[in-house]
Amino acid sequence: MEGERTTKCTADLLRLDAGAEVERISSFIREAVLTRLKRKGVVVGLSGGIDSSTVAALAVRALGADRVIGLFMPESDSSDDSLRLGQLLAKTLGITTFTEDISGILRGAECYRRRDEAIRAVVPEYHAGYKSKLVLSSLDRSEYRISYVVVQSPEGEQRKVRLTADAFLALVASTNFKQRTRKMMEYYYADRFHYAVAGTPNRLEYDLGFFVKNGDGSADIKPIAHLYKSQVYQLAAYLGVPQEILDRPPTTDTYSLPQSQEEFYFSLPYDKMDFCLYGKTHGLRAAEVAEPLGMTEAQVERVYRDIDAKRAVAHYLLMEPLLVEPIKQTAAEP
Amino acid sequence: MTSIEAQVRQYVTDRLLFGRSDVVVDGETSFLESGLIDSTGVLELVAFLEECFRIKVEDEDLVPANLDSVNALVKFIESKSANLINTSS
Repeated sequence: MEGERTTKCTADLLRLDAGAEVERISSFIREAVLTRLKRKGVVVGLSGGIDSSTVAALAVRALGADRVIGLFMPESDSSDDSLRLGQLLAKTLGITTFTEDISGILRGAECYRRRDEAIRAVVPEYHAGYKSKLVLSSLDRSEYRISYVVVQSPEGEQRKVRLTADAFLALVASTNFKQRTRKMMEYYYADRFHYAVAGTPNRLEYDLGFFVKNGDGSADIKPIAHLYKSQVYQLAAYLGVPQEILDRPPTTDTYSLPQSQEEFYFSLPYDKMDFCLYGKTHGLRAAEVAEPLGMTEAQVERVYRDIDAKRAVAHYLLMEPLLVEPIKQTAAEP
Repeated sequence: MTSIEAQVRQYVTDRLLFGRSDVVVDGETSFLESGLIDSTGVLELVAFLEECFRIKVEDEDLVPANLDSVNALVKFIESKSANLINTSS
């Protein structure tokens, strides 16, 4: 019952005219890539998730399948589903793809060793046979979002241990190699074929800083950054993204244990998070948001404060490099 | 000013303010509302409390009522230290 109310509430407020929005975004992509960026097409890193699938489908709609390159970039901790669903999408769209297993680059950068060392600071027995993931405490328990590492021994026994600040920073810094390596590879193909790179953040990710600076946060165009996650699903369905991708729960696919975006970053399922972000952005009182979502006013107020905290982090992530003084651009944009 | 409060204030100046002069921190100033602390900052604060005052900060202690102002911190440290003395005596 509560789920039905949530669905209706967000569906009413965030419903798009999918056809018109697809046309608007397609027009933006054409103009941005061909005219402003002066590139022949776009490269999209495909994760088998809803966001990258929608961006690829939009790019095909805008430029044609022969101007879109899909990249699969699995590594040792990736789920097999990511590659399989990415390939399913590419086949549906009829685009050219390349596969780059980035595990070797990550080993070269000592990503896995650094990660394991960070975890061993709080779980001394942790070794290569273990699996792990990073999770945040629930907003229901405290306004503080405290970071924990969940480890699973080779025998399958799980433990959840609070991270120290130093271990947390070391863990995140090491796993960020993954997003940055993928972006480096996307720009290799962009340079190789004179294409632009399409980024895939949705509005929740862009506004709340759920991305790695100079990693998945970097791109030449970000065609769905203005769309709430539920709106991305609407466009995906309209564009014919395979149902299996639409049905897949959002995942980070960064850690060796399965990890939902909810436990890693957002405090709520995406449909509720969408509406809370909409409410916060449009000045709705917590009570107005709480009732239709089946939440208490106090819970929404906590989410609102969490949004403020996340936006403070996003501010740094989205900042351009700071200069001593503005530099006059000599080449005018067409 | 007690020794505990002096140490807490020194931590706030060194680790939370970073030389900022736009925020005046009195005893009741909320670190969260003033934008002085984020989730990593809370973990750093925990390390400070455990190392400096030799107290054990449990998961259930990690709430703003205990950690979000100078006064709250002083009260929390005093209460934890008293428990420590009672337990060890």
